[in-house]
Amino acid sequence: MSLLLLAEQVLNGLQFGIMLFLMAAGLTLVFGVMGLINLAHGSLFMIGAFAAAAVAGATGSFLLALIAALAAAAAAGALVEILVIRRLYAREHLDQVLATFALILIFSESTRWLFGSFPLFLNIPEALSGPVTLPGGIQYSLYRLTLIAIGLVVAFGLFLLISRTRLGIQIRAGESDREMIAALGVDISKLYTIVFALGAALAGLAGALVGAIQSVQVGMGEPVLILAFVVIVIGGIGSIKGALVGAILVGLTDTLGGLLLPLFFSLFMDNASATSTGSALASMSIYILMAIVLVVKPSGLYGARA
Amino acid sequence: MKIKTLALATALAALGTAGLAEPLKVGMITTLSGGGAGLGIDVRDGFMLAVKQSGNTDIEVVIEDDQRKPDIAVQLADKMIQSEKVDVMTGIIWSNLAMAVIPSATAQGKIYLSPNAGPSALAGKGCHQNYFNVAWQNDNLHEAAGAHATSEGYKNTFILAPNYPAGVDALTGFKSQYKGELSGELLTKLGQTDYASEIAQIRASGADSVFFFLPGGMGISFLKQYADSGIDLPVVGPAFSFDQGILQAVGDAALGVRNTSQWSKDIDNATNKAFVESFQAEYGRLPSLYASQGFDTANLLLSAMGKASISDADAFRAALKEADFSSTRGDFKFGNNNHPIQDIYVREVIKEGDVYTNKIVGVALEDHGDVYAAECKM
Repeated sequence: MSLLLLAEQVLNGLQFGIMLFLMAAGLTLVFGVMGLINLAHGSLFMIGAFAAAAVAGATGSFLLALIAALAAAAAAGALVEILVIRRLYAREHLDQVLATFALILIFSESTRWLFGSFPLFLNIPEALSGPVTLPGGIQYSLYRLTLIAIGLVVAFGLFLLISRTRLGIQIRAGESDREMIAALGVDISKLYTIVFALGAALAGLAGALVGAIQSVQVGMGEPVLILAFVVIVIGGIGSIKGALVGAILVGLTDTLGGLLLPLFFSLFMDNASATSTGSALASMSIYILMAIVLVVKPSGLYGARA
Repeated sequence: MKIKTLALATALAALGTAGLAEPLKVGMITTLSGGGAGLGIDVRDGFMLAVKQSGNTDIEVVIEDDQRKPDIAVQLADKMIQSEKVDVMTGIIWSNLAMAVIPSATAQGKIYLSPNAGPSALAGKGCHQNYFNVAWQNDNLHEAAGAHATSEGYKNTFILAPNYPAGVDALTGFKSQYKGELSGELLTKLGQTDYASEIAQIRASGADSVFFFLPGGMGISFLKQYADSGIDLPVVGPAFSFDQGILQAVGDAALGVRNTSQWSKDIDNATNKAFVESFQAEYGRLPSLYASQGFDTANLLLSAMGKASISDADAFRAALKEADFSSTRGDFKFGNNNHPIQDIYVREVIKEGDVYTNKIVGVALEDHGDVYAAECKM
């Protein structure tokens, strides 16, 4: 295995992690601020991708598609918060899980109803297609590099929003004591709607960005949702910084695990069984990582509460 | 005496009409919602088109959605057998669901016609007189891909498939007919959507070609990312990642890719031409191989209904085994294990106007059966 391959895989892991971060950020905010487990977060990811594919198909512009994805996911998020989620804050987590699971089914079947059962076409824009040569001779996809850049910009923006703005102060306050900030005159239900829509918009953005290199189809959000939950558990629930670190850890573990574990086993096994053992262990690697983090720090890497 | 004869005649007449017009109830369990719904919908539409065209009013089809979940498929099968009292079952797309439903259905005396899944466990020792596969045994298209890679002179192929039974079978099938070296072999996660890591390994491996089996959305993701990576090695694969429902979502990335299939819309026979035309007229889209399998399954069943009554199980099975229907694939017959013996073609992805589709460029394997048939004692 060459150093070049390893460097490329590190970039891949980083890119995967950054996309996971966009999903996990919304999930962790909603859980941290509102105490709500939102299983339908994956559906918002799907809505973003479908909105982007529809708009890109109609207009041919990827930028418009991204804007549509953000708008559609945020609108769907706000709507869901006002119509359904609002009734769930006082309920147990089990009720929330049941209700948001129902939302997954509703979103999936309505999407099928609107767009049909066959995957949609969404391609990367012409200007970003193809590989570029990085210093050191690594051939790497320009689009994936752009994804890393967009993700880092969003992460930085989110960090500024939380630490430097009034909204950020309210969000942080809501996280630590919601009764108190309501008593201080902050319109808590409006705050919740905004936080939920913000998380939804991030998920929609991730869906649109990833949809261009993957398959835009019904049910595309659920596998990502599971990984996003792993990320927020590792990072610590409610912490944006934790979500970023956790996402990159998960991305790197997953990508490098898939590469290195089969190689490691081939040192002392024949090729076929090394491949199957290595692949099997690689699929487990992020969950093993999660288990280790939970043993060492039960509240996650940056979790405030135990 | 006279009365007795009359009674006998009436009884015979009644028996006769019952035999001819005896209705037959088909239970179709297939995937109509969730990620893999496109496949089930195509099978259903192909099947129902054939039923409609036959004008046969003695056939009743009950359709249920298994949501691609084995537990739901089992519940539906129990319901169909016990309360709906169906005679024939069909429809299952996925091998894991097939394994959950088919052995118990055939053991309860129901005829099962598989329009898609062909797990090896049901082709070899587990074959059953009531089980007919109208599509292929799972390994077939991969074997054909291996044969094609060999005939193209590929010497150093990189192969990958998802880490689940059908994926492992795919790699085995490919290797059984491929004579060159392997530059790498990967088992990916089932349902994986990002193949950056695998593509980097393909680039580093020095391969001269790539074989992949990644059905459904996995294949769309892989092909788009592969095209974007700038790697320019030829790709071969089974038709599952290049069927009519998927190609439009892959776009230009699929152009020129060779894939193996037992069916293609340009197979030159009258049945196929009529099928493609009428399917398009009825549903407003081009048929996929799954639709052709549904269509053939229904026509096989209809041909048997014309020859024997379902109440005479032995005669009905014999009528099915004759496969006396005109298939969209041209030649079609059953081997000793009730699995198809058929030609498997090599197709190439092309663009016709705005629509991506396949055209046949050659035959990979002629009159091909499966390797498990020898283990079937029937």
